[in-house]
Amino acid sequence: MSAQTMQQPARNDVSTDTPLLTVDRLTKLYGNQLGCADVSFDLYPGEVMGIVGESGSGKTTLLNCLAGRLSPEEGSVVYTDRTGEEVDVHAVSEPRRRMLMRTDWAFVHQNPRDGLRMGVSAGGNVGERLMAAGARHYGKIRSAALDWMEKTEIDLTRIDDRPSTFSGGMQQRLQIARNLVTGPRLVFMDEPTGGLDVSVQARLLDLLRGLVAEMGLSAIIVTHDLAVARLLSHRLMVMRRGKVVERGLTDQVLDDPQHDYTQLLVSSVLQP
Amino acid sequence: MQEEQNYNFAYLDEQTKRMIRRALLKALAVPGYQVPFAGREMPMPYGWGTGGIQVTAAILEPEDTLKVIDQGADDTTNAVSIRKFFQKVAGVETTEKTEEASIIQTRHRIPERDLEEGQIMVYQVPIPEPLRFLEPRETETRKMHALEEYGLMHVKLYEDIARHGHIATTYAYPVKVADRYIMDPSPIPKFDNPKLDNSPALQLFGAGREKRIYALPPYTPVKSLDFEDHPFETQTWDEPCALCGATDSYLDEVIMDDKGTRMFVCSDTDYCTTRREAGHVGPDAQAVGEAAE
Ligand SMILES: Nc1ncnc2c1ncn2[C@@H]1O[C@H](COP(=O)(O)OP(=O)(O)OP(=O)(O)O)[C@@H](O)[C@H]1O
Ligand SMILES: [Mg+2]
Ligand SMILES: [Zn+2]
Repeated sequence: MSAQTMQQPARNDVSTDTPLLTVDRLTKLYGNQLGCADVSFDLYPGEVMGIVGESGSGKTTLLNCLAGRLSPEEGSVVYTDRTGEEVDVHAVSEPRRRMLMRTDWAFVHQNPRDGLRMGVSAGGNVGERLMAAGARHYGKIRSAALDWMEKTEIDLTRIDDRPSTFSGGMQQRLQIARNLVTGPRLVFMDEPTGGLDVSVQARLLDLLRGLVAEMGLSAIIVTHDLAVARLLSHRLMVMRRGKVVERGLTDQVLDDPQHDYTQLLVSSVLQP
Repeated sequence: MQEEQNYNFAYLDEQTKRMIRRALLKALAVPGYQVPFAGREMPMPYGWGTGGIQVTAAILEPEDTLKVIDQGADDTTNAVSIRKFFQKVAGVETTEKTEEASIIQTRHRIPERDLEEGQIMVYQVPIPEPLRFLEPRETETRKMHALEEYGLMHVKLYEDIARHGHIATTYAYPVKVADRYIMDPSPIPKFDNPKLDNSPALQLFGAGREKRIYALPPYTPVKSLDFEDHPFETQTWDEPCALCGATDSYLDEVIMDDKGTRMFVCSDTDYCTTRREAGHVGPDAQAVGEAAE
């Protein structure tokens, strides 16, 4: 990551002081194994929250609990929808939760295979959420797909090709296009740049940064790459063994880490 | 008579019939919904219409008149063997005439002649799940039906248009039943889809291998899925039936001789025969007659 790209991302929209997401003492166990413990925070509209920590620290577990994909043993996640209504993500009916997942929310998986339909063309992948939301005009669906392929810098002539013929970076950009086409408010991302070459990562990060700013998205991004966190997130939570050990504004946490573990993380990145 | 042959009437034991009838009642109460049932082994392999045969066996009464068609014809191996089976195990009347039948078991076609109140169609279904093509997980497709999450069905049609320029699905064309469930109408040609809609007949669907039953009560609205800019269309032919001159029936292409002479004739053999008996003549009827002599 070059020095120039390391500016603090601009906060999109601070007009409202109602949190988009209120997370209260969330705990998830896998049998005796701790997934994440006692996590609380608020996410405000337009804000990007980074979650960092070493492998096994509970980042994915926390993200899945936040996104309603895993049910926690304790605690709650409350989402405030477009109408201002508060939705308890884990208490609400499954139809309502799934509706949220395909309208207000988006989930970008680390492995694009988990987030794409590999047997369906790129255009069909991008169009699916539109069709799920009731779009019934082929021409319009197709032009929206093209529009999003352009935004995510995918060669438009590949619209009828299956993602299995795409490179890893293209697949990941397609997954992002597929998720953002319906204009969600909140995006969950699990290591969106993981598994990609460094040069491909940088391009994807630029793209994500641009889209998040342009669309005024709120996002929660899990990464173990502090450079990614620095570039994309306003605030940061550092996890270790399932617990949040430090939190704050991204620059503050990374430039002046308080917790021993964060200091270790930051210094291990600085040393080649 | 049945006792002598050690068969219960219509082969299945009464308990199994009751179980299937219960599934049928549930299917009728929720049109288009796939009801699981504990399907029985039948004395023929899957792919021979064991789902349809079980449904027919469960509803058959001694005074019924049964018609069996395969690809529109009453005289194919599959149709003949199913008809013989029920003649043997139930002793019921059989017919090739659509209007005489109280139950019509079918593979691939719906008769051209309008069905009437009181008639029952029984469809043999190979794959009951219309979403299976894109979502192999049964748990997920059940959820999609339950929550009416049907975006995926249109993805299939989208893929068709993207690849072929039009909706290329011609058989088992998906429909929405009573504005609720998406249903696979069995491998009938889409030509027959409009006949499903608002039909005065009772329509029952049986899938033997996958052990599912679904149904359309009489006069159920059935809509074929499409896009606003690619509306549902049925197949059309440029020529009438070569034998009876019909312009409103589904035509099969048949090869006449080893020189590759082709012609188009009604796939519904009863419809074609009835028309010819009534004096209708197609453009090639003469030539065919001569060739036969
Ligand atoms: N399905 C599961 N069953 C049992 N234990 C699990 C399961 N998933 C995760 N865990 C455990 O929970 C803890 C947190 O795992 P998690 O996957 O959330 O970590 P992570 O921070 O995302 O790691 P990584 O950076 O490697 O993706 C780990 O100890 C892990 O072994
Ligand atoms: Mg993880
Ligand atoms: Zn004819």
